[in-house]
Amino acid sequence: MSETLLRLEKIAFDYPGRPVLEGVDFRLHEGERVALLGGNGVGKSTLLQLMVGLLRPRSGRVHAFGRERVVERDFREVRAQAGLVFQDPDDQLFCPSVLEDVAFGPLNLGLGRAAAVERAEQTLATLGLEGLAGRITHKLSGGEKRLVSLATVLAMQPRVLLLDEPGNGLDEPALERLLGHLAGLPQAMVLVSHDPRLIARLANRAVLLRGGRLHDAVLHSHPHTHQHVHLHVHVPGLESDHAHEQGPTEHPGHGHAMPEE
Amino acid sequence: MVAVAPLGRAVSTPLLGTAGAAPDWLARHDPRLRLLSALAFALVTVSLQTLPALLAAVGLALATAAAAGLAWRPVLRRLLPLEGLMLALLLVLPFSVAGTAWFAIGPLPASHEGLGLALRIFLRANAVVIMLLALLGTLEPATLGYALGRLGVPAKLVHLFLLTVRYIELMNDEYQRLRQAMRARAFVPRSDAHGWRSLGWLIGMLLLRSLERAQRVLAAMKCRGFHGRLYLLSEDRWSGGDTRAALSAALVLGGLLLLELAG
Repeated sequence: MSETLLRLEKIAFDYPGRPVLEGVDFRLHEGERVALLGGNGVGKSTLLQLMVGLLRPRSGRVHAFGRERVVERDFREVRAQAGLVFQDPDDQLFCPSVLEDVAFGPLNLGLGRAAAVERAEQTLATLGLEGLAGRITHKLSGGEKRLVSLATVLAMQPRVLLLDEPGNGLDEPALERLLGHLAGLPQAMVLVSHDPRLIARLANRAVLLRGGRLHDAVLHSHPHTHQHVHLHVHVPGLESDHAHEQGPTEHPGHGHAMPEE
Repeated sequence: MVAVAPLGRAVSTPLLGTAGAAPDWLARHDPRLRLLSALAFALVTVSLQTLPALLAAVGLALATAAAAGLAWRPVLRRLLPLEGLMLALLLVLPFSVAGTAWFAIGPLPASHEGLGLALRIFLRANAVVIMLLALLGTLEPATLGYALGRLGVPAKLVHLFLLTVRYIELMNDEYQRLRQAMRARAFVPRSDAHGWRSLGWLIGMLLLRSLERAQRVLAAMKCRGFHGRLYLLSEDRWSGGDTRAALSAALVLGGLLLLELAG
């Protein structure tokens, strides 16, 4: 059996006046990409934050990378190895320039200035973002911000990625680009997402959070035989978002790995 | 469909939005030089008393603004609040400063000394503000932050400044969204209980959201190992050209002081 990276045991957590989690058990192993599913407000983001100690459970234990983690000092180590990518890149990117933001994690890990800059540049290059290094973070486009957020976490070379709604608010090409990069990463992942396409592309296991507990879920896909309508917009003089000579099954936006009904 | 913005395009918007980025002759110098020159100019100008020297200072500021490629319209718009204050001084000072009589409105005499004082303040303020717009207004805010940091301004203040620059736009967006949502429901600001209460809620909501954002930003920083230390990676180098430019600036400012002594 491959190594257990994260293990939650009987985690219970409340927000003031609102119980959220009641005895959650969870394990993440090497090589797993787990989709964390569930409705709005059931506590998916909360669970991610509990894993890295940004929140502490009312009861239950958090084991990470071979040890039980209890106090802030324990979790500092965890956060270096389990990189949490926040839902809103504007929360994640706070430095003036992209390079500084990506170098921030490595500098905190104790790398020297030159080594941290080198690490940051390498990370940006692996995501095809080398041209962005000198840019001002708040002037990036939504898609660029999302990729740079990922870079800031990857630069710390974590063993686990915790992704909170990574595809949120991205248009088609930006999502495609993000998915391409995520699919090629070796790290174990926990993905919170409502996007069936993202889950179908990345996840190899799924769990469902409902009623304060985690349930194993089954990922399955099946081909569609029903007829349905696609909206195509054509504007003269503008590049269209699809090519007609492609067969319909090759349209990037039209895959059907998950049921739509 | 909107394509993703092309990557790697160099974007630079100046701090005060008065014009495009600085022209090359200004941009190739270390931002610290611009900061120091602007500071020295401000200090010299506020010490000037004679009219010729003050006029020369205004002329110098205008010439720098022109050379920095500032567009006049936005500059004038930025100067408007200042000119309002100046107008008030011009109206009040002649009557409040004692001296030789100029004219009188009823029992209120106006003095030449008061007028002279108002005029000097007017020239000083405008010279300094125009020079600041020309030298610092054309700097990228982040660059200004780096320059302040490398000039030894306390790191906490520099980071406060840089974080403000980073998040002020987001707060403004949030404010605009809330205002639009209110407008969409036919809210018109009126000076009645409903109007004030609604505006109060708007401000309360903004504060709340900013606080929540601050908490999320801190959490994200902790996730990347933040332990109280922030880093600035700046590659500005002070060059020989900067030293020469600093010397010429010093000469020009010396000229202003000479003009003052001669006057």
